[in-house]
Amino acid sequence: MAFRPIANTRSASGIPTAKLATWWVVGSEIVIFGGLLASYIMHRLAHDAWSEQAAHTNVYIGLFNTFVLLSSSLSAVLAHKAAEEGNGAKAAKLLYYTMGGALIFVLVKSAEWTMEITHGFTITSSTFWSFYYTAAGLHAVHVIAGAIIMGIVAADAKKNQELHRVELIGIYWHFVDIVWIFLFPLLYIAK
Amino acid sequence: MAESAEVSHAPGHDDHHHEESFWSKYVFSTDHKMIAMQYMFTGMAMALIGGFFAYAFRMQLAFPGMDVPFFGTVSPADYNSLVTNHGTIMIFWVAMPVLIAAFGNYLIPLMIGCDDMVFPRINRLSYQIFLLSAIVLIASFFVPGGGFGGAWTSYPPLSAKPEYNLTPLGATLWLVAVALEFVAFLLGGINFITTAMNARAKGMKLYDIPMVIWMIVVASILFMASVGPLIAGAVMLFMDQNVGTAFFDPDKGGDPVLWQHLFWFFGHPEVYVVLLPALGIVAEIITTFSRKKLFAYRTVLYTVFGTGILSFTVWAHHQFIAGVDPRMAHVFTVTTLLISVPIAEMCFVYIATLYGGSITLNTPMLWALAFIGEFLIGGVTGIFLGASGADIYLHDTYFVLAHFHYTFYPIAIIGTYAGFTYWFPKMFGKMMDDRLGRIHFWLTIIPFNLIFIPLFFLGAAGQHRRIYNYEHFPDLQGPLMLGFTYQDFREIATYSLLVMLGAQVIFFYNVIKSWISGEAAGNNPWKANSLEWVATSPPPHGNFSEELEVFRGPYEYSHPDRDEDYWPQNEPA
Repeated sequence: MAFRPIANTRSASGIPTAKLATWWVVGSEIVIFGGLLASYIMHRLAHDAWSEQAAHTNVYIGLFNTFVLLSSSLSAVLAHKAAEEGNGAKAAKLLYYTMGGALIFVLVKSAEWTMEITHGFTITSSTFWSFYYTAAGLHAVHVIAGAIIMGIVAADAKKNQELHRVELIGIYWHFVDIVWIFLFPLLYIAK
Repeated sequence: MAESAEVSHAPGHDDHHHEESFWSKYVFSTDHKMIAMQYMFTGMAMALIGGFFAYAFRMQLAFPGMDVPFFGTVSPADYNSLVTNHGTIMIFWVAMPVLIAAFGNYLIPLMIGCDDMVFPRINRLSYQIFLLSAIVLIASFFVPGGGFGGAWTSYPPLSAKPEYNLTPLGATLWLVAVALEFVAFLLGGINFITTAMNARAKGMKLYDIPMVIWMIVVASILFMASVGPLIAGAVMLFMDQNVGTAFFDPDKGGDPVLWQHLFWFFGHPEVYVVLLPALGIVAEIITTFSRKKLFAYRTVLYTVFGTGILSFTVWAHHQFIAGVDPRMAHVFTVTTLLISVPIAEMCFVYIATLYGGSITLNTPMLWALAFIGEFLIGGVTGIFLGASGADIYLHDTYFVLAHFHYTFYPIAIIGTYAGFTYWFPKMFGKMMDDRLGRIHFWLTIIPFNLIFIPLFFLGAAGQHRRIYNYEHFPDLQGPLMLGFTYQDFREIATYSLLVMLGAQVIFFYNVIKSWISGEAAGNNPWKANSLEWVATSPPPHGNFSEELEVFRGPYEYSHPDRDEDYWPQNEPA
């Protein structure tokens, strides 16, 4: 491992540096999704016709994915608990469950999109569908990126290294979850 | 404080110290000072490109159709591309990297007394992404169709539809470059904020942090909080350009004004993102060279927070004639006029700091004083534009152009020169030639005013921006004032620009000459208080020979109980 500056070991604010930085990353992500969703909401309020288009989204698939993603957060929390107890192997195993959830989420989403695209609802069909694919797509990119980083953290945790990172990837994963909690009602439920 | 060789080993670094190759020392360095220099000189190189663009289009405006030396004839498409990329470069590739990234990187670890940024490798990554973004932008000038010409604000549908802008590839590369640059500064900004929050030397309380560090941190937070919606907007615009979506296309249910909201929600806080570091640099300089405490430290700090919050509430003053509801325009007029209050207060605070001080008028101090005076002109003319009624007339005239150059020029150029000449002894261990510095100062500041004061008059007389050749506008010919014609004013501005660009040779000559043969600076040539002056000049990798402890704020000059007129922060009482 490369050297670690003294700066990295200090904690004048009382919050560990890595955790502080993770929260700032989450903060910067919140405004990205915030801008996108605010744009969507403003459009939606001005276009009643969108509810007819939104009716073509499949609430049951969305609900299933919501359930999968929320469950995957549970194992991330349990992984954090295991890491705090110093049980790296258990933490890694629980993180693999979370990654499994991410995989199911992405596979279901791919199937859902394929179905929608074959029914003629593509990203250029209307501004609603543009938002639908852009927002959910940006979220899916975050799910995939988070799962990859989680794999790296889990591989370290298995060797009982860098266990504090289990909590940090958990913070990020909850954020990805919460974004979906906003996307699900806005894109699927609101008709 | 002695200068000696033993300083080069900070505790905890011995394992890391070995002979470094050229590549690991200068190109892939993780040292915050080297990354700062990379940002600084990349920014300055980009400033030369931006300045060259200004030269080319100003020559076209003063002498329409001429064969511009070193450029050739400026076609209308060239003209659009030149003004667009001049603005883009000067804001995103000069003001941002130099003021935030270069000074932030250099000063934060040194002034808070630690050995590096908390995440040195993320810091390196931030520069590498930034460099990539600069390369993408420069590449966009050479693709088929030429560089993007839809203004630095990139309003759709012009930016979104290739059949309008005629530069499909240039527009996309421009957008990609800007987005990459945002990523670079998000990484850098998170590093800055975390470092300042967590890595301060023992004993350094929040009110002991030098003002410039506070301002860079607040600026980084503002950037982070404002750029998100524009990143989302950039994704949407990219899809409009390349996938065929219609987020901003009114023909298919999109809304072009949405982009303006997303852009200016970032764009206006961005002004404060670059202003605050410059204000901070000025605060350090005027306290040092008037040997006085910064007037009302805490009030200044709260004012900075207030300015930051207010800066999120003013953006729609850029859109008064974009079809926004006039009742909403009133609200934004009020908030815009309100934000001039804290900035005016800051100017008064600086004047109060100078009052009764023992003033040294050397090069950095001249730049700092010029900053206050020139920025004031930019601020005062902003009042006219913030009032929605007056703005309906002045919008998109050269008055606007002169106004924002009176804000951005003091920030990006004067602020940079102030900071660079002030910290040059620390950065390179040598003193700069003060006489050459002053010649450079006057030959920059006088032409600067002669460029933009004529443009205020042209703008007030109705000269619109974004026009390639004013010969086609009989209303904008003929006499303007004092026996001069409109065209005379355009020529005065262009001649002044030539003098100003030429004067920059003096600066680069001075830098090289002082670097090679300047007088050795010693650790603390200005007898200043903050922690960077404790380290050797230039500071070694790891900065300090020992862990520092801080006992007081950074502005304890001319304390009545002491013989010395300064009191370093780390000196025990």
